Amino acid sequence: MITTGNLLEIIDLHASVEDTKILNGINLKVDVGEVHAIMGPNGSGKSTLANVIAGRPGYKVNSGDIKYKGESILNYEPEIRARSGIFLAFQYPVELPGVRTWQFLKAAVDAIRKEKGMDELGVRDFDNLLEEKRSLVEMDSDLVKRSVNEGFSGGEKKRNEILQLALLDPSLALLDETDSGLDIDALRIVSEGVNNFRGPEKSILLVTHYQRILDYITPDYVHVLVDGQIVKSGKSDLALELEQKGYEWIRESIASEGAD
Amino acid sequence: MQKSSPENMYYREEFDSLQDNCTEWSGDFRSRGMEVFRDIGLPLERRGNEKWKYTNVGPVAKNKYRVANSVPSSLEEVKNSAPWHESWINIVFVNGQYKPELSDQSNVPGIVLTNISNEIEKKDPSEMISEYLGETINISDDGFAALNTAFLSDGVAIEIEKDFVIDVPVNIVFFNNGSENTVSHPRVLVVAKPNSCASVIESYVGGSGFTTLTNSVSEIFVGEGAQISHYRLLSESDQTFDIGYGRVKLGKDSVFNSRSFFKGADIGRYDLEILVDGEGASCDLQGLYFTSNSQHMDNFVNIDHSKPNGTSNLFYKGILDGRSKAVFGGTVLVRQAAQKTDSVQSDKNLLLSPHAEVDSKPALFIYADDVKCAHGATAGNIDADTVFYMRSRGVDLETASKLLIYGFAGEVIDKVEIVPLKEYLEQIFLNSLPSYRFEF
Repeated sequence: MITTGNLLEIIDLHASVEDTKILNGINLKVDVGEVHAIMGPNGSGKSTLANVIAGRPGYKVNSGDIKYKGESILNYEPEIRARSGIFLAFQYPVELPGVRTWQFLKAAVDAIRKEKGMDELGVRDFDNLLEEKRSLVEMDSDLVKRSVNEGFSGGEKKRNEILQLALLDPSLALLDETDSGLDIDALRIVSEGVNNFRGPEKSILLVTHYQRILDYITPDYVHVLVDGQIVKSGKSDLALELEQKGYEWIRESIASEGAD
Repeated sequence: MQKSSPENMYYREEFDSLQDNCTEWSGDFRSRGMEVFRDIGLPLERRGNEKWKYTNVGPVAKNKYRVANSVPSSLEEVKNSAPWHESWINIVFVNGQYKPELSDQSNVPGIVLTNISNEIEKKDPSEMISEYLGETINISDDGFAALNTAFLSDGVAIEIEKDFVIDVPVNIVFFNNGSENTVSHPRVLVVAKPNSCASVIESYVGGSGFTTLTNSVSEIFVGEGAQISHYRLLSESDQTFDIGYGRVKLGKDSVFNSRSFFKGADIGRYDLEILVDGEGASCDLQGLYFTSNSQHMDNFVNIDHSKPNGTSNLFYKGILDGRSKAVFGGTVLVRQAAQKTDSVQSDKNLLLSPHAEVDSKPALFIYADDVKCAHGATAGNIDADTVFYMRSRGVDLETASKLLIYGFAGEVIDKVEIVPLKEYLEQIFLNSLPSYRFEF
């Protein structure tokens, strides 16, 4: 039982996708209960970082390590990572034609319960749990009867991600550009879902291009990723500074530091 | 054009014995079939033959078949392999021959069931037979249908009387337990009189490990304002050849729903043609085929719109494993008179093996200017992103693949409205679907 200390520790992580090096030595520690925002320009490696932690096939770790609850997870399959409490909210949630949302969510909840040594949930108990979480993200009750994400709007897909976050109740939530493509109402609902999840035993790594989601979810730390490296870290006010000055400011300040 | 293929000779003796002591009507009917068959033989020539371009019937044609004898079989055997429910009107054929002792003899108001074997040996067959049997069939370019016609000897004719709504399905089972190199020629005729409504299940099951040929012809007439739901199941053992020929004629404002399921046969073929011959008629054709090992399934579906305001919806799905092959062909023809036709064709395939192959070529020919038509065909593997999405929620590979394959097949099975039939299909399909062997 870990109640304090490093939940996630990334050590000099180098990773590539299809032979292109994307991450060039990431070092990051996320403690239990902390919210970290990873910001950066397009192509800086933010999404890659989230996906590598979740174990996406095709994302290759060249060197370094990812430790979760004190143990390297590099050799673990994605489902094993998920069952141990790592959750990735997708930037582009996938459609599963013919697979009912209800059925998929129950399979996921049961897989995670099994890992914890618990029995599968009965249909009625699951229905109750699903109903409670569904109303939290204000998702239309018809959607859970339909195929997963099929024909869902962009906002509905993102709400479905947050519904899954609430249902699976992980220790570490990786939110990959969850704010992209959301209108202001959907952004508020999704953010409320994340804030509901937030707590002293939960950690969040929030990947975003824009500052606006941070108006709703205040991070403890902000890291700026450029060219696969964290070039600047700070408290939540760093995000505001970035918003005002833009990513060019970071590039220039790195360049000038390098020149000094 | 005279063809001297040796298969033309195989059937001579049996044909002659069938023609001995027959009535004039049945003798003439069969002779017309034999004449055509002698002329054209089986469709071995594939070049330039759109109907048979992707299916080689060489393996079917190379055997010398005897017409299957009736072999005793128990009701248990039949029930274990076919969709079945006590409440249905069950009609059983074994090796093409009607089995009254295995069939339901009760009378249901609104349905007239005729045993073709009895009827064609009457001097004057009923109007049902004389007027409708063979009426939609064009045997001149189809050797299999010609052969079926030449060997007409048994089958069932079902008349749904005017204004009757029959709420129990008529379940026709063709059970095959023929010995090596035997053939049966099942025949089905359904005539739905105006404003009647019924469901008909036609299944081809059995096969006891021998090479057999089932060569069926079915005709369905849907009268004005009538509605027929037709379920066709092909689930014989993997040594069988099964060639089916179905013709459906739709009257004004009639509705025809077809659900076609394929699971078993070495080589299977279903040539289905819908003649949208009445204004405002609609058809909804759905199919699911699952091929594995070295199976070959060919669905050839044609829809001919000749009257205005017709609707046709075609939605087929295939799951292919092993070195199996599937073919989806046929066209939607919208004739000039068929204005305001609304037609959609779709064939989607899921390939579970790099060695499986599908040739999907749905086509549209439109000669009317005010129509709404769309078509498409897809073939793909289970996508790596999809599987990762599921695994990232803790779902293991095996469960993920099952959910996806079940989901794919379920889109067709879920729409079957007859509950015991749906449960039967779930059992034979979902339990036999493989877990995908992921290679990423």
